[in-house]
Amino acid sequence: MVMENKKTLREAVIVLLQTTVILSQLDTLSLARWQFGLTTIYHFLFVPLTIGLVFLVAVMQTAWYRTGKEKYLMQTKFFGKIFLINFAMGLVTGIVQEFQFGMNWSDYSRFVGDIFGAPLAMEGLFAFFFEATFIGLWVFGWGKLSKGVHLATIWITTLGVWLSAYFILAANSFMQNPVGFEINEAKNRAELTDIGAVLTNIVAINQFPHTITSAFMFAGAVIVAASAYHVKRGQYLESMQSSLKFGLWASVIGGIGTAITGDGLGLAMVQTQPMKMAAAEALYNTSAPAAFSIFTLGTPDGKSELFSIKIPNLLSFLSTHTLDGEVEGLNDLQAEYVAAFGPGDYMPTIWITYWSFRWMIGLGALSWLIAVVGIWMTRRNDLKVPDWAYNVAIWGAPIPVIAISIGWLFTEMGRQPWIVFSLMKTADGVSPGVTGIEVLVSLIGFTAVYGVLAVVEFKILLAAIKAGPALAEPEQSDDKLAVAY
Amino acid sequence: MQLNEIWFVIVAFLFVGYFVLDGFDFGVGMSLPFLGKDDTDRRVLINTIGPVWDLNETWVIVAGASLFAAFPEWYASLFSGFYLALFLMLMALIARGVAFEYRGKGNSAKWKKTFDAMIVAGSAIPALLWGVAFANIVHGVPLNADHIFVGYDIPLIGNLLVLLNPYGLLGGLVTLTLFFTHGLIFISLKTDGEIKERASILATKVGAVATLLAAVFLVWTLIDNFSIAGLALSAIAAVSLIAALVMNFVKREGIAFSLMVVTIITAISSLFVALFPNVLPSTIDEAFSLTIENASSSGYTLQVMSWVALFMVPLVLAYQTWTYWVFRKRIRRENIPANAH
Repeated sequence: MVMENKKTLREAVIVLLQTTVILSQLDTLSLARWQFGLTTIYHFLFVPLTIGLVFLVAVMQTAWYRTGKEKYLMQTKFFGKIFLINFAMGLVTGIVQEFQFGMNWSDYSRFVGDIFGAPLAMEGLFAFFFEATFIGLWVFGWGKLSKGVHLATIWITTLGVWLSAYFILAANSFMQNPVGFEINEAKNRAELTDIGAVLTNIVAINQFPHTITSAFMFAGAVIVAASAYHVKRGQYLESMQSSLKFGLWASVIGGIGTAITGDGLGLAMVQTQPMKMAAAEALYNTSAPAAFSIFTLGTPDGKSELFSIKIPNLLSFLSTHTLDGEVEGLNDLQAEYVAAFGPGDYMPTIWITYWSFRWMIGLGALSWLIAVVGIWMTRRNDLKVPDWAYNVAIWGAPIPVIAISIGWLFTEMGRQPWIVFSLMKTADGVSPGVTGIEVLVSLIGFTAVYGVLAVVEFKILLAAIKAGPALAEPEQSDDKLAVAY
Repeated sequence: MQLNEIWFVIVAFLFVGYFVLDGFDFGVGMSLPFLGKDDTDRRVLINTIGPVWDLNETWVIVAGASLFAAFPEWYASLFSGFYLALFLMLMALIARGVAFEYRGKGNSAKWKKTFDAMIVAGSAIPALLWGVAFANIVHGVPLNADHIFVGYDIPLIGNLLVLLNPYGLLGGLVTLTLFFTHGLIFISLKTDGEIKERASILATKVGAVATLLAAVFLVWTLIDNFSIAGLALSAIAAVSLIAALVMNFVKREGIAFSLMVVTIITAISSLFVALFPNVLPSTIDEAFSLTIENASSSGYTLQVMSWVALFMVPLVLAYQTWTYWVFRKRIRRENIPANAH
């Protein structure tokens, strides 16, 4: 009996040791990439809604401040509540983002910290403090602050949120198109030489309005969905009909803005990262004029193309704004990069870039069309809108955020194999002292916690939407907290 | 003073600010099972920090980003080396933040109990880990010639075990008890009635333990890294901590709280004094240590960031002070609206 136990114990120890050996050899790089992708996409589910909704709620409150109409107060409080539920998630998942650069990507941080850290610290000092302080004042300041000062707090929060977006996009744009730096050979790092150049990076200047306008599409779609839910049931009609239209217009205007700014971003991309544009179309050979395929059956590498719908000249137009402009192909770019940076594979994963580019545009356009049709159907103030239309409005809410996530997938995957384009490869940025198993543990931890939080957040959000706008409260007496945990 | 010295001071200032502010949030979070007799009590406690915990937590984000911008090598070695400790910290901070926001969004007892537990754990774990982390930063960690943290050769927990040395653990217990005391005195300043009494009595007990632990820790730190400034700061920290407890005992909670602020400022500052001019000493070889020289950003980056800090820090302090002024009233049980929020 004792012998058997010893044997089992020894076997267990051996299995444990073997498992440990296998786990400790796990590939730190791919796990770190999975973790970054997962935590970033998750964080950015909440961010666009925050960016768009804070502004739209500020507009609602301004309308109330100006007109004194109760329906605007109801809207402000109702959508303000939705904003806050979402804001909390953006905040707590945001800290992970900042810590992660040092935890998983310490060699990257060493190499670009001299430049990359500056916009991050500016984001903190200019934007995060604004957001965190003034959102607290806004939430708890009802009845405590004068109406004008209280209105100012939501606008300052908006300013903070937007500044934050600008600084982090400037940091990301350095990774897409490094500018304003020189390489310090002795210290083996990139050093900042021109902060103005970093903050006015052509990619940042185009990425920022693209981010803001697409955030309006998502925030608009959420306002539309929440309003449609109540209008369909014939409740809270006065406030919800007006917010329904407001949301539709925000979506439509946001959609037009997204298209225009996306075009600008595309041009900047061709100029700075031609490989990414070639990968977006899976264009292997340099072409003039170049066509754009809407859909391809078979593999996008063209070797086994079965069927494809192509629009002649469109890729030339997107890339150069001329109908027959030359667009460089993947093979030529690959040869150029080998000549410039030495042997290696400089192409991103083509099927991902090809399809993500199409799904981003397709879903964005679909969401815009829904809003346009919605404006047409609600042009008269009667309720003669069929139920199915309300259902489309409700179920269509996530479409813009899916498009946004896919767009970021394209932006980041299209930059590969680089972490900083032309300066550092992703494989060289990962932390040298961190083991695969450590990253695995944090990856599992974040996935589990984020998964649970997603369910809880979604439940709370739905409950808040279903509860509907509260009737405007009488002026708060000073001895009751306007808002209490 | 050189720019990298100024930035050492700014980073220290941001962490000191973080501990002064989020320190009492941690204390309030930890107090829930001790002071909250019913749900209304617990809501009173949480509402004392309701409007401000989020801006207090922001201090650590700004401190971390400033550390990154001014001392990228420090940021890289520290954050990758303290991997698991920081992972646990992140989990705890996420749990706390979510729980504050969501506990009121459901009505069942189970719902509230779950989120209350998350608040307690999410406050106690960072309060402990920050002390462990800072004690180890001052004490030094095994950095090799490439400034990479090389822990014990045990997969997963190798680096973490290095941090859990007696000095590090003592540092953790100091911050845990100090922040708890800080939070309890904050509660007695911000509430009224029975709960205020309970907070004050508990503060005396926890404060006594904190005083004992802090005294041992500060003396230990001084023996390892003696300096006149360090001695002066530690002495002020010790005196003001005892004075804070006395003032708490005689029900002068305003003065007691101010003295706790002085205690935390001087105690944390004494650690930064002990650290200077290193930012992360190596226990393998002094030559491998990260210092304000070899860890810092270029002169140009520090210059740009100095202008930003010069302009923004006073503004931030001004509007945050105003925020605390707006929410200066004590919270009473009667203030909590009956309907759940």
